[in-house]
Amino acid sequence: MSDILNPIIVLGGLGLLFGVLLSIASKLFAVKVDPKVEELLGALPGANCGACGYPGCAGLANALAEGRAPTNSCSIGGQKVANHVAEILGVNAASFEKKVAVVLCQGDCDKAKNKYEYQGLQDCRIQSTLAGGKKECTYGCVGCGSCFDVCEFNAIRMINDIAVVNRENCTACNKCVEICPKKIIELVPYTNNAVVKCKSQDPGKLVRSYCSTGCIACQICVKNCPTDAFSFENNLARINYDKCINCMVCVEKCPTNAIDNVSIVSDDFAQKFAS
Amino acid sequence: MGLFALIISNIFVNNYVFARFLGICPFLGVSNKMETATGMGLAVTFVTTFASVITYIIQKSVLDLFGLGYLQTIVFILVIASLVQFVELALKKMSPTLYSAMGVYLPLITTNCIVLGVAILNIQEGYNLIQTTVSAATAALGFFLALVLVASLREKMEIADIPEALVGFPITLIAAGLMSIAFSGFAGLV
Repeated sequence: MSDILNPIIVLGGLGLLFGVLLSIASKLFAVKVDPKVEELLGALPGANCGACGYPGCAGLANALAEGRAPTNSCSIGGQKVANHVAEILGVNAASFEKKVAVVLCQGDCDKAKNKYEYQGLQDCRIQSTLAGGKKECTYGCVGCGSCFDVCEFNAIRMINDIAVVNRENCTACNKCVEICPKKIIELVPYTNNAVVKCKSQDPGKLVRSYCSTGCIACQICVKNCPTDAFSFENNLARINYDKCINCMVCVEKCPTNAIDNVSIVSDDFAQKFAS
Repeated sequence: MGLFALIISNIFVNNYVFARFLGICPFLGVSNKMETATGMGLAVTFVTTFASVITYIIQKSVLDLFGLGYLQTIVFILVIASLVQFVELALKKMSPTLYSAMGVYLPLITTNCIVLGVAILNIQEGYNLIQTTVSAATAALGFFLALVLVASLREKMEIADIPEALVGFPITLIAAGLMSIAFSGFAGLV
């Protein structure tokens, strides 16, 4: 009889003991969780992309509940999620400014000269450690498509050795911005159409020698802009997106077409995305 | 066996991952980034040491007393599972920083074979309490070492030019196999 009873008593006893201990522990070590956090987590897209700067949606939900993050922190969710979050928190929604990534270089294989032929691994980070990349311009896109690899939203294509962003697919998740070794991808407000697509800080003469579409520091845009949106430093024109009124004077006047109207989608580009 | 020999044996010669092939699941599952690898390693070290000590006490004071050695596996699983739950609860309250570092990995190791394996092997070898503690801690450190080694390799392999058919787990398994052979070079040291 004890052959059967002993194991039952021991095992049952141990199970009971641990059960009681755990239930005591759960009362003893109870940590209060803000119910809002759960609700906020449900409202966020759950992509865990990290574009907001927090580790995943749970991190942002915590920050939102504690009031450390603005309601429009989620760039993927846009205005809809911002409104929902504001509703849960009981505050007014901050207006959401949609941004898109823009590659600030147009020096494709027809327009920019190469200084050597690159045959290594197809990774921009590796190529750019090799004498600053294959292009003579050390500021421009090296064209290996690391941003294309990292994009989860099918928004980047490599066209003629240069990365191009599809504005409709881009969610401003910031991944391409972070991976680009040349730091030539920036987030630009969706409503702004005129963008200086060059990052070269070389003098104009030098830029002219290796790229037909670089900023040559002529300052024509600075002189012609009706709202003084352009500033000029380090041989490079810089546009203030808050002041720009999309008049497109700069795009027309720029002698090298370094300033581009990003709202115009070329047929070539559309075709590339269709395929 | 002296304590020093035990330490060397558990970390290198009889490494639980490379020589005894225990704990392979987390070894492959969470070794793709150094950060997660160290978090998991930390959690396993913590739990294995605690679980071994407690299972040792239970084996000596309960199972041996009633002659119920055949219940070892089931009782140890019970102990480990509740211990992990307890540690998680306690950690959440007492050290939120440590909890956020290894909290997510804790539930993963409730019934991990390395935790159970170390506990059972310690009893089989007839270790005393001190030997058990040292053995468990170093076994987990050996696991930690294996995890960190393979994680650093995998981070490098991320950007390496690997034949398409081998990308991901296949190349990881090959690397792990080679590493296991390398570790067999320690055989006969103790």
